[in-house]
Amino acid sequence: MRISKPVRATFVAIVALALAFVYVPLLVVLVNAFSTSQALAWPPRSLTLEWWGRAAANAGAWQAVGTSVVVALCATAIALVLGTLCALALDRFEFFGKEAVNLLIVLPIALPGIVTGIVLNNLFRTGLGLTLGLGTLIVSHATFCIVTVYNNAFARLRRLNGNLVDASADLGADRFTTFRLVTLPQLRSALFAGALLAFGLSFDEIIVTQFTAGPGVTTLPIWIFQNMFRPGQAPIVNVVAVVLVIVSIVPIALAQRLEARAEQR
Amino acid sequence: MTAPTTALAAPPQTGVRRASRALDRHPRVGLAALLGLPLGWLVVVYVVSLGFLLITALWQTDSFTNEVRMEWTLDNLERIVTQDLYRAVTLRTLGAAVLVTLIDVAIALPVGYAMAKVFGPRARAALVIAFLMPLWASYLVKAYAWRSIFIEGGLLSSLGITPGFGEVATIVTLAYIWLPYVVMPIYAGFERVPDSLVEASSDLGARNLRTFAAVVLPLMYPAIIAGAIFSFSLTLGDYIAVRIVGGSTQFLGTLIYDNVGVAGNVPMAAAVALVPIVVILLFLLAVRRTGALRNL
Repeated sequence: MRISKPVRATFVAIVALALAFVYVPLLVVLVNAFSTSQALAWPPRSLTLEWWGRAAANAGAWQAVGTSVVVALCATAIALVLGTLCALALDRFEFFGKEAVNLLIVLPIALPGIVTGIVLNNLFRTGLGLTLGLGTLIVSHATFCIVTVYNNAFARLRRLNGNLVDASADLGADRFTTFRLVTLPQLRSALFAGALLAFGLSFDEIIVTQFTAGPGVTTLPIWIFQNMFRPGQAPIVNVVAVVLVIVSIVPIALAQRLEARAEQR
Repeated sequence: MTAPTTALAAPPQTGVRRASRALDRHPRVGLAALLGLPLGWLVVVYVVSLGFLLITALWQTDSFTNEVRMEWTLDNLERIVTQDLYRAVTLRTLGAAVLVTLIDVAIALPVGYAMAKVFGPRARAALVIAFLMPLWASYLVKAYAWRSIFIEGGLLSSLGITPGFGEVATIVTLAYIWLPYVVMPIYAGFERVPDSLVEASSDLGARNLRTFAAVVLPLMYPAIIAGAIFSFSLTLGDYIAVRIVGGSTQFLGTLIYDNVGVAGNVPMAAAVALVPIVVILLFLLAVRRTGALRNL
């Protein structure tokens, strides 16, 4: 199809509009983080760095960051083990129900967060009679983080050269030695990328978190959600929101870079 | 490399070696060892609890203590089907999910087409990143961004537009949040449409619009539906964005959340949660024939 100049210009305009739609709201948050207004008033009368200092001194926010980091680290560690095991099993074996296992790994993230949330809340409270807390939260996050580790590890295993494993066996290494010295080193960067994604996913999650954390556990997203509706807290929430966007984009960008580099090899 | 020489000597018969040999002879044991832990985890934490949710929907709560009583009843399901509140909220949520999906597809079609077929490879790569990046920006922050746009005295009121918080704000916000999920499959779909078909159509005298409607669009149905699955099912289950920009608007998600939290009626929440689950399953069943599920 030959694309004439006016048609091309129309497409450029549409894409520009769509990009504005995507980025203007995020820019509003960024600008508001420097605004002197306490009530998100637009346009900002003048700019200030005051809220950044106040946010940095906010004990509640820091505590929430700490909780989020602990939860994300624990969930990532569990997901790393379970996701890697799944990837090894599905890569090496053909068995009945393989598709079902695959679906099962994806399901916790494929169903809307609220379904995963209520399902887990109901299991913990009604089913097992547990009190919600850090433990139930970590179990829940680990469950939906498995898929990111699995996806990365599985994709890498598919690309690995099976000859190396055979050569290792021919040279007398047992399965465990082969895994430690041959498979794992080749898998390492994929696992790291998967772990970064899992960390980002967990750090940012709010829906499943609200259903499984219990009242005493405040992660950073929960802290933001609670303070969003408090009068006078808006400026600090703005600052934390900007930081959260940066913190959640950096690991993802890193992970994608790692994967892209691995694909080039 | 010292490994080969050491390996040539007869390896010591350690326990590890014996275990490794046993795995060589019995691959099924190896499979079980690998899958046992993760599958056990997923089955217990997810499959069992999904089934358990169904069962809980058929239980009731004690009206005095709010404890769950394990007595069977169809009351919860009956209330959802017969009570006006539940019917109204279900219809409102479904309507919003359809609208959000239409908005997102309407934006994603020209954008995806431009990315795949109009611009060069360089601009394409930059645009993919530009549209993918916000996917990873915090969901919560994106909803909050629209709160600061719709709030009284915010960006929109400075332009003289004052819809306030409510259904409109919720639909715009959700359309915004799910847009990257719809753009990506639709862009990938356009990428897969062979240029040769488009050229053949235009060689045969079809104008651009005709080519698009008669050649490109039919090939695009699976990709469009794949995108629609995301925006539709994610909207059905949402309650955070509704809380942030929806004012007092009730969606299925807020009903579920209130029943778990404020009302403490988990069986009712479980019953309400079945509505989006059933709708999504029906939707998936309906679109299965188009091959959209392979595009996810």
